Parts: sequence; structure tokens; C-alpha cells
Amino acid sequence: MATQMTDGHRRFLQVLMSHGIMEGSVARTLHRDCCEIHKVYYAHDKLDDFINVVNIHLQPFFMQIRKGMSEDDGRTYYALVNLAETEITKMASDYTENELELFRKTIFFFLQMDVIIISESGFASSTDILNLADQLKTKKMKKKEAEQVLQNLVQDKWLSERDGEYTLHTRCIMEMEQYILSNYQDLVRKCNICHSLAIQSQVCETCGIGMHLPCAGKYFKAQTEPHCPHCNEFWPHEIPEINRPDSQLPSSAPRERRRTPSSGTRRR
Amino acid sequence: MAQKRRTKGPGPSQGEDLAADEDFAPTPSASQVQRSLERLSPAQVDQKVSELVQYLLVKDQKKIPIKRADILKNVIKDYRSVYSEIIKRAGRTLQQVFGLQLVEIDPKHHIYILVSNLPRLEVENLKQDDCTAKLGLLTVILSFLFMKGNAAKESAVWEMLRRLRVDPGVRHEVFGDVKKLVTEEFVRQKYLEYNRIPHTDPPEFEFQWGARAAKETSKMQILRFVAKIQNKDPRAWSTQYTEAAAEEAAGGDLFQDISTPGDTGGASQGARRRTR
Repeated sequence: MATQMTDGHRRFLQVLMSHGIMEGSVARTLHRDCCEIHKVYYAHDKLDDFINVVNIHLQPFFMQIRKGMSEDDGRTYYALVNLAETEITKMASDYTENELELFRKTIFFFLQMDVIIISESGFASSTDILNLADQLKTKKMKKKEAEQVLQNLVQDKWLSERDGEYTLHTRCIMEMEQYILSNYQDLVRKCNICHSLAIQSQVCETCGIGMHLPCAGKYFKAQTEPHCPHCNEFWPHEIPEINRPDSQLPSSAPRERRRTPSSGTRRR
Repeated sequence: MAQKRRTKGPGPSQGEDLAADEDFAPTPSASQVQRSLERLSPAQVDQKVSELVQYLLVKDQKKIPIKRADILKNVIKDYRSVYSEIIKRAGRTLQQVFGLQLVEIDPKHHIYILVSNLPRLEVENLKQDDCTAKLGLLTVILSFLFMKGNAAKESAVWEMLRRLRVDPGVRHEVFGDVKKLVTEEFVRQKYLEYNRIPHTDPPEFEFQWGARAAKETSKMQILRFVAKIQNKDPRAWSTQYTEAAAEEAAGGDLFQDISTPGDTGGASQGARRRTR
């Protein structure tokens, strides 16, 4: 039966569980190795089918292996996510209620930021977040405590940090997408190209639609005069270079972006 | 005599020291459990099984052993009467879906860990980060302990680590507070035991393998590790080799006699020599 769990599936699940999130090529290698070790049928392009078998068995536990895209480099990632925030996961969570409140406020801050600033940022400075700690309802959090929580959140891959600035980790976005879409409907921006939640985005200043940076990179690739797909105004932002994904690794050197080689690009 | 809780065994376990667990009413008989089960809808029971599986997975992620008292309080709640059935099914699910086994490492205080059921590999696809480094450090310590006759004084362990440029008195670039990592984190996770040597003043402590270490690796694997580093055949250490082989031959259930910390029982594992 094609839907049976084998030791190959179980090993894949165990390794993914210990990583939390895994880049696409790493997942494909793992798929191959697991099948090889346990002599399970392997087809190199059937990773998604392989994962579906696991997902069928994970359904009763509100867990799922999800496929997502990094907002930084556009690469595919696989993550094991919890779909339901039940009392069990809340209680067994590593964070206190107070710490979780800070985290929720941080998410809200990211979503809100975009509306006010209309920039492609999606990054918050540690000062911004520490200010949020001051506004907690239940119990104010001291600066040192908040800094520790921030460190823990980065280590557990809920936030990612680069040069002292923070954004939501791909893993977090994948796991919380439903939660964010349902609880912050009015604030969220969805990417006009792939229709998934977009925290970091480029936004059209005329009509307000937004795009993930990697999606913009792909969409506007090789266009000398990029125009908004919705209202046709000039697209006022630098188009991200996506040909060489290794030049855009998260939490490494600041993102490099080449200007589109053209004479017609105008930037406001 | 303690009995390891097997997920395939009968529901209620014999030989449990119930007096140690005030929270728990006398173990219901199999027929009582059956009658309670019949009064509940299958969906309700399934829901509890799912919750328990999730709970165990999340708790085990941090490698902190899970207490039955916490399971009862946080998950089982009003379904105590069918606890044995729920935990049996949860164990079965963990095996079928995750390839994990629910192991009771302390039958007196009812403490569990999850261990992988899958055949151990030579080179595991481990996270290449602080986790791998910590496991490396742990492996070195476990090796040292085994080669020294299954136990070693705290001072001997620190001296050995210092020779590897890991000094418990100095903040380490990867491990941070080494002393804390070894005496607290590894001990809490049940990889090591840290026990006071009786009749020592000022008090001295010694390290031994913890229950989780015994489950996740074996004397033979550790001996092979040492042999590999020193480029010798494992048989070069005849005493250790004999001991490791005996452990392998005993096979499967390494927990015939589970001793609480400080207890010098566990004779089934062969004579334990100590160096002082």
C-alpha cells in the first residue's frame, strides 16, 4: 500500500523534527538517504508524495510537514509545524505566558509597521522590540529579561537576526501563517505573485499591492522598465538579484542587490 | 523488582510502587479499565491519545524526562480511569508514526523518555551546530567513564577535559559554562549521573553513565569509538571488551534492575569497578 509508513519515513520525520526546519536541497538529500538506508522505494522527484504519506499519519496530532519559501532568498524550506494552538502545546511550550505575549506583540508590530511606513523593511531593531516589552499587559518585562527572550526566540528559530535587527524566521511564518491570516486580516499583506503571507515586501506606492522580494526578483527579471502588475505605474524599488541564491543567505553579510542594468529605471 | 514498561505489554503494570505516588488511585484491573473504556466514546479516547502524543513529543524535544504526575495533571485529567489504555495507545502510535519508543527509565517515580526505535547509524544526520558539539563532548566523557571502569571522580573528569582545552573554570567559546553543562544539563537530561562519594569530607563527587546514555548508545559503540581514535582493535582492551560483549549478549532490555541514583545495584550489568 502506497500510504504505509516505513522506517524510511520515520527516520525522515525524526531528523526533520530535530532540525525544526530544513532547506529544500537538504530535505531532498535526506529523502534519498532515508530511502537508501531502509530500502524503500525512491524516486528523486517524489519528495512531496513521500511527505504526503507522513502527513496523512500526522493529521490526528494537528502536525504537518509544510513547504514554504524564505522571504530572504526565495529558497524552498520544509518545516514540521503545529496547526492547532491547543492547551497542550501552550502548556508544554518553553515560554511563559508573559513571554508569549511579547512575542505576539512583536508579530503585531511587524504587521503594523508595513502599513505605517510602506517600506520593504520587515525588520525591527532590538530597541523597537524592547519598547514593546514595556507595554505588556500582565507584567512589564525588564530590559535584561526581554533581551534573553529575544535570544531564545532566535535560537528556537521563531525570529531571525541580522546585524542587530530582527524579523520573523521562515519557520515562524510557516507555522503561524494561519494564525496571522485569521487574527490580523486587516493588517496582513499577501504577495501579489504567490498569494502567501508577506512580512517583508516591496510595495507599490500608488495602489498598495505588495510582493515578496524573491517573487519580485523573479517577476521583474530582465525587465528594463518594471511596472506594477496591478496599476501599471513604475515599480519604484530596486529589483532583487535572484540568479545566485548563495549571495543572499540569511543572517550573513548584508543583502546585496544589483541595480537592474538599464537606462530607463527611475526611482523616486 | 522493577519492570520496564513496554508499550506492547498488558495495560496495568505489575510491581509498581503505588505508595510512592499519592496522586494515583490503586491500579484498576484490566476489566475495570475495559468497563471505563466502554463508557467513553472512541472519539474522546482518541482525542486524549492524540493530546498525550503531542505532549510527549514537545516535552521530549528538550530532552527533559517526563513525569507521570505531570502527564496526569496536564493531559489525562478526568480520564484517569483509562490512563493505562491511553498511554499504551500513545506508545503504539509513537512507534508506528515516529519510530520512537516510550521508555520508563524510573519505575519507582514513573519517569519516561522517548528513544528512537530505528537502527542506529554510524554517522547520523545530526544538526551541525551547538547540539553536535555538546554530543561530542558527552561522548568523550562517556568514553572516559567507561574506560575507567564505569565511574570516575569529578576531578579526574575535569583534568581529562582540561587536556582537551575544555576547562570547567573558564568560559568556553562553544559550551559556555562547562561545569554547568556537565553537572546540570547533562545530568538533568539523564545522560550522566553526578553522585556524592560517601564518607568524603569535603564532599567529593563522581560521574557515571545516566539512564538515557545507556539507552541511546552502548558500551560496545563507545569502545569502538575509543578504538577508532587510538587506531587499535577494540579487543586491545580485554576487560572492557568482555564487559561490552556481555552487555550486547544480554541484549534488548538493559534495565533489568533500575537503580535510583546512589544505589549500587544493577548487578546484571556485570561487575562495576570503581577507581578512586
